[in-house]
This record gives sequence, structure tokens and C-alpha cells, in this order.
Amino acid sequence: MTPLLASFDPPYWLSTVIKVLVVGAVVPTTALILGVVFLFKIMSWMQSRLGPQEAGPRGLLQLLADGVKFIQKEDIAPNGADLWVFKAAPLVVLSSTLLLYVALPASAHLVVEDLDVGVFYVLAISSLSVIGVLMAGWASANKYSLMGALRAAGQLIAYELPMVLAVMGVVIQAGTLSLNGIVFAQNGGAVFGWTGIGNPYILTQFIGFFIFIAAVQAELTQPPFDMPVAESEIVSGYQVEYTGFRFLIFFLAEFATAFVFAGIAAIMFLGGWAVPWLEASSDWYYVLGPAVLFAKVMLVSFIIFWVRFTYPRLREDQLQSFAWKFLIPLALVNIVATAVLKVVF
Amino acid sequence: MPQVPGLIKGLGVTFGEMVKTLKSGPQTTRYPHEREEPTARARGVIALHEENCTSCMLCARECPDWCIFIEAHKYVAPPRREGGKPRQKNELDRFDIDYSLCMYCGICVEVCPFDALFWTPEHEYSEIRIADLLHDKSRLAQWMETVPEFEAYEAGSEAKLKKVPKD
Amino acid sequence: MTAVSDPSQLSDLVAEATDTRVNLDFESEGMTLNMGPQHPATHGTLRIVAKLDGEQVISAEPICGYMHRGYEKIVEVRTYPQVNALINRIDWLGSFANEVPFILAAEKLMGVEAPPRAQWIRTILFEMSRVANISLFLGDFGLQLGGMTAGFYAFRDREHVLNMIESATGGRFHPNFDRIGGLKDDLPKGWIADSHVAMDKLLAFCDEMEDLLVGNEIFQSRTRGIGVIPADIALNYGLSGANLRASGVDWDLRRDGCPPGLVYDQADWKVWTHPDGDCFARTWVRLQETREAAKIVKQLLDTIPAGPVMAKVPRIIKVPEGEAYVATENPLGEMGYYIASKGDLVPFRVKIRSASFNNISIVPWVARGAYVPDLISILGSLYFILGDIDR
Repeated sequence: MTPLLASFDPPYWLSTVIKVLVVGAVVPTTALILGVVFLFKIMSWMQSRLGPQEAGPRGLLQLLADGVKFIQKEDIAPNGADLWVFKAAPLVVLSSTLLLYVALPASAHLVVEDLDVGVFYVLAISSLSVIGVLMAGWASANKYSLMGALRAAGQLIAYELPMVLAVMGVVIQAGTLSLNGIVFAQNGGAVFGWTGIGNPYILTQFIGFFIFIAAVQAELTQPPFDMPVAESEIVSGYQVEYTGFRFLIFFLAEFATAFVFAGIAAIMFLGGWAVPWLEASSDWYYVLGPAVLFAKVMLVSFIIFWVRFTYPRLREDQLQSFAWKFLIPLALVNIVATAVLKVVF
Repeated sequence: MPQVPGLIKGLGVTFGEMVKTLKSGPQTTRYPHEREEPTARARGVIALHEENCTSCMLCARECPDWCIFIEAHKYVAPPRREGGKPRQKNELDRFDIDYSLCMYCGICVEVCPFDALFWTPEHEYSEIRIADLLHDKSRLAQWMETVPEFEAYEAGSEAKLKKVPKD
Repeated sequence: MTAVSDPSQLSDLVAEATDTRVNLDFESEGMTLNMGPQHPATHGTLRIVAKLDGEQVISAEPICGYMHRGYEKIVEVRTYPQVNALINRIDWLGSFANEVPFILAAEKLMGVEAPPRAQWIRTILFEMSRVANISLFLGDFGLQLGGMTAGFYAFRDREHVLNMIESATGGRFHPNFDRIGGLKDDLPKGWIADSHVAMDKLLAFCDEMEDLLVGNEIFQSRTRGIGVIPADIALNYGLSGANLRASGVDWDLRRDGCPPGLVYDQADWKVWTHPDGDCFARTWVRLQETREAAKIVKQLLDTIPAGPVMAKVPRIIKVPEGEAYVATENPLGEMGYYIASKGDLVPFRVKIRSASFNNISIVPWVARGAYVPDLISILGSLYFILGDIDR
């Protein structure tokens, strides 16, 4: 695959500026798309209603209108809040999301930084958001926020482990930590000798896929794992004192992170930006890659949000025991089985 | 046959609901673009048929919120036929219903001995100023146009069907 | 920053403030959490002051009265038809059910009996208000536990019942249809057929709720074994309705103490009980009760006798001197009206025994040792309406 614009060799500062602008443009766009499609449309259809209809054609610009509304709100903070920490918390959460987009490939060369240890980088950076959540909960000077933050601390850290272990099976099968390398391995692989559909790892790593999706659901604090933001108990938990622009940052971070995690799941289990009947080094992928990845992300997000809208939430200790006593042992068994089968076959 | 776990059944319910909404439309009505017709007996607003009113003040007295304001005077009208007695008649000066107080209980309509008040299902009369929710005599008379005919009763009923006066 | 400068008053205010406001001091022995009057999990303006140790509740005290409207005082200066219009608003979800015990008590004092057709229709509307009330409970409980879709389904399917009540009485939420001696008006044509259709839709809704919520493993893990109330404790605290039946006590006023004026003996129905006494039992009993109420309505719809709907009562109602108490099995529990009359146009004193007031008296007992999420489950499963608690 010829590198894009091989003759165009920008100096380091220019390429950095371009990359920053790209990430800065992509993140709100993906959050917007996910919000509109799933939070407004799919959720409404599942609840026998139509969702917002007035803003824009068939209500598709509602989130844009909401964004404008949030931006023009008054900047208030609670009286006893620790102002510095209070204001910095949403930015910490957003920074982890922005850094995650750096490693997400939309094609072999359409990636901000093609890291050799992409998987390791993604899993490590996603843990940064825990700090932001704790900062938000503590600095809000509100007992409900504190409760939400404490729950979040336990939950987000507990579900890091199943996520990492679920991914290990894929890494063992692919033999590389690089995200693009995993796509190439799936594209070029074979199922019992038949190369018709490549080797999407969901066929062999279905346990890993299930664990990963459950862990992602918990990392995003979505129902059934949304104790930190339990709407009907602690009324938005650590986000309760945030209004206006700061809440918009939390909202963007949540939906953009949902997109990028769904993207990681698509890359690792569904074949990423490649389609099985077209070789991954083809030049078509400059256009086809993002489209294919987007479609797969929509599919994975549908599963995540479908579960979100249907189930009630688990209690905090049930949540923890689900992670420690069920998901982690299952993931360990998955790794052992994968390793054994990889050597045997 | 093992039972389908409740988790999967729940997912099936929401998915089926989504398909149903996409195929046959939602259960909601897109007000104000589409409107739902309330039933004929729905208590929307009260209409006044002035000819029947004799200002007996029963409605104003029985109203739990005292939201009906009546002022009337008597005058002497010429006799109906030649050589008859002059008659005393009532003339309503003021008959206001304050809909910011009204709790739509229907006691006034029920106690009126002369059938001067009627319910209509009209409900779109919100105002920007609360003072405009005080409907005066002429506005109450205008609501008479929207009063639906009394519905026929179910089989087995012995109730008599009343008629809405049309003038 | 207060406008008061007197030191003793200031210290009083500070003490009150630390009681009601969020406390920023570092409480090393537990945290006082105020699930204040404004909270999504208390159906209305109930305040629960909970002392927590981490996530566990050490003590929880419900403080009601934020919605007190002075019913028992105001009905001392309102005539009987006016009282009837006002008491619709006590338990506003099953509002026809509030009128029935009052009217039955007044009829008892006057010595009037409603004609059979009126008794049939009264019972049908009573059961319909039960269906409307408890179907909302099923959705609302799901909402409180996080399954937001259940709430939408409940509101959607409840519309069918409310439309039927509106086409007969004129009011979706506040029918004001019961009168001393019968009913205000007869049924419009086609109502019986439409009500059959509405009740079938409600039965389908109950099945849907069972698939979506009650059969859900997550829901069951949130409600099984939580908030167990043994039968003797339930009786001692004065619980009633589905809360009592979920603890295994087989008591239903519709069967065991039905006042004259309602015709439950004309339908074939059963009382549902559950031995466990936990949150799941209460939900399950209410689910079955909704189905049973829909079936009662369908049976009674087919057997309405012909005749008048109003007995001969004077135009101006003056209830003769005396006292009467009538209690019925309302959707929330046992509701009773004690009317003391001195022969006037207005009652002398009406004591309203509302179900939810007694139902929440058990919250301190049952919340000890529960987690905060369990407190939400318990409050949701006890199912109270603030208008019913505070009146």
C-alpha cells in the first residue's frame, strides 16, 4: 500500500498540528454520531416513541442544539468545591479519550500514530479516566458525588483486568501487539484452511468478545454497570454538580470513548477496517477502510446500547463479584485454551 | 427444553419493540402537528347557554374553588301577549369562570337546575398571561359551538339522553 | 450568611443546617445522607435521612409532610359533593379508588343503597383504577432499578385504561364519578367492547413486563432476599395491600370484609400471596394482582345488569347524624374513611386512613443493614404515593 502523499513530507511540527486537528475534529464528530443514532433514535424506537423531531430534519441536529445550549450556560461551581480540581476533572477524562484516538487505525496508513504496542497503549491510557472521575467526585463537595466516585473507583479498576485478559487471547492468536498487525493477521488468516472470510477472531475468541464487551460496558459506566452514575439513586453521581460546558465535556468523553472502544473491539474481533475478500494491502482501503470500520463500530455499539436500554443495574458488590469471580477466571481459562490450541494447531 | 434465560428474553422484547416502532409507527402523537381527539365526555372547558341561566347562583355557591363570578339584575319585560302581566326577567351582567382556579370537577355543570352549563372537550386555550384565563360571558357563549351531542348510552341503561340546546 | 445575629438563634440555625444540608465536615463515623424531598427514587417529596457506614445503612428515618395539604381540615368546610371532588387527589394514580370508601361510608350513614347496575360499574371502575395504578408500579420499579425502558412501556399501556376511564367519566386522572346513591352518569355506547380490548392489552403488557423485567436475572438479583419482612412484623406495623400479601398473610378486604356496595362476590377471582416477603415477592404479587384485576373487569363487564344508575336521593345532600367507618382494598393497601356527621351539609370530621402512611412506617426497621441500592429497591417495592402519605 503506497503511503499517502509520499512526496509530501511535512516537518515534524506541521504533522503534529495536523494530527492534533484531526483528533480534535474526529472526537466530537464520533460522539455526536453515536449520540444521535443510539441515544436519540435507537433508544426512542425501542421505547415506542420517535425521539426529538424538531431540531433539524427529523431531529438529527438535536445534539448540535444541545451542544450550543450547554456552551452558553452560566459557569457555576458549588460553594465548598475545590475549584482547581473541580475544573480540571472533566479535562482529565477528555484527555484520556483524545489520547485513545491516537492509536485507532482507520486504514493501514490512516492512523495518527501507528504504534507497535497499540494494544498495550490503548489499555493503559484508558485507565487515566479513573483519575478524572475520582477528582470530579471528591471536588464536588457533595455526598452523592463522593459516593459515585467511590463506586467508580472500585468498578473501573476492577473491570480493567477482564478487558486486558480478554484481549490477550487475540494477541496470542495474532502474535503481535500492533493494531494494524492484528487486522492484517485476521485478513490473511484462514478458518480450517478456507480463506473465504479471513479469520475474524470472534469465531475462536467468542468468549473473549463477550468478556470484552461486558468490560467495555462497565468501563463506560453504562447500565447494567452504571452504579457510579446511577440516575435514580445518586442522580448522576460524580457528574451531578457539573453543568454547562463541563458536563458537555463529560458527555463527549463518554460517547467518544464508547466509539473508540467499539472500534478496538471491531479491530480485534471483527477484522477491523479490512473486508475478507479484499487484501489488506490494497489501495482501496484509503476510502473503504474508514467506511468498513464505521459500519463495524455501529454494529458493536448497537450491542452495547441495546444491553444498556434493556437491563436494570447491578448493585456495586454484585458488579464486583461478577468481575472478580466470573469474568476474570473465564478470561484466564480462555487464555490457557487459546495458548494450548495455538501450539497444537 | 431448557428455558431461555430472562436476559435474552428481555433483549428480545426491546428489539421487537424497535422493529414494531419502525414498521407501524410509535405510540406517541406528534403534537402539535398531529392531534388526538379526546372523548366526547372529556372535561375540557365549560360553555354557557345564556338563555337558560336564571342567575340562581347555585353553580357559584357549589364550586369548591369559588371560581365562578356572577352578577345579574332583574328587569321588567313587556308581556308576551296583549293584556298580559309584565314579567320579571333576569339579565346576566357578568358570568366569569376563572380557569386558573377551576379544578374541572364538574359540580357546577351537575347542579345547574336549568341546564345552562355544558362540558366540551376543547382544551387548547392556554394563555401567556394568567389574567387571560378568566373567560367572560361572551367567550363562554362561544364555547357552546364546540359542545358535542350527548352520546347514546350502553344497552341496559335507563338513563334519559339529554339534548344540547342549539340557538 | 444569615440575617439573624442573635447568638442563640444562630446556633439553633447552625444545628438545623447541619441536619438538613450536606455536611462537609469529615465524619469519621459514618455519613448522614439526606435523600431529600427532591429525589428520583422517592415517589414525590419524601425525605429519608439515612446514616451510612460506607454503603451500608445504619439507620433510615422517613420524614413526611412535605406535601401535606390539610385534607382532614378542609373537608370540614366542604359539602359532600365537593369533598368527593377533592379526595380524588389523595392517591392520584388510582383516583377512582379514593372516592369509593368515602361514598360507601356516606351511603351507610344515609341508609341508601346504590342500584345493582351502579354497584357493578363502580366495582369495574375500581378495578380499572387498580390496573392503572399497579401497572405504573411495574414500570416505575424498573425505572428506579435502572431499566428505563420498562417505565416507558408502563406509561404507554396505561393510556388504554385511562382512555376508558375518560370516555366514561370525563376525566383521565380525576374522574369524580361516584355519587352518594350511585354514579353520576351511565356508560356511553361501545364502552363495554372497548374496555374488553383495553383489558386484553393490559394482560399483554403484564406478559411483556414479565419477560422484560420480572424474569430478568439482574432484576432478580437486585430484589430476591432484599428487604425481607416477616409476616408478624408486617402485621404489627400495619402494612396492608400487596405488601402484606407478599409476606404470606392471606388477607384481602375484597374477600374478607367487603363493604356492601361492591360486587366482588359476582366474579371468580383469587387472592395471590407469596411466602418470601422480599422485594421480589411484592413485585410478583402486584404483577399477579394486575392480571387478576383485568380478569375481574372482563368478567364483570359481561354481566352488568340493566337498570338505573342512581337511587332516589335528595338534591341537597344532608347526611344524618352518626359515625361510620368503611375501609376497602385500594390499590396501595387498605384505605378507610371515618365520617362523623352532625346532620349538616358538611361532615363534622373525616379521618382518612391511608395505606401508604402505615406502609412507610416499616422503613426504619427494614432498612437496617441494607445497602444504599437496596434501600432504593425497598422503597420502590413498598410502593407509596406521597399524596397518600401526607394527605
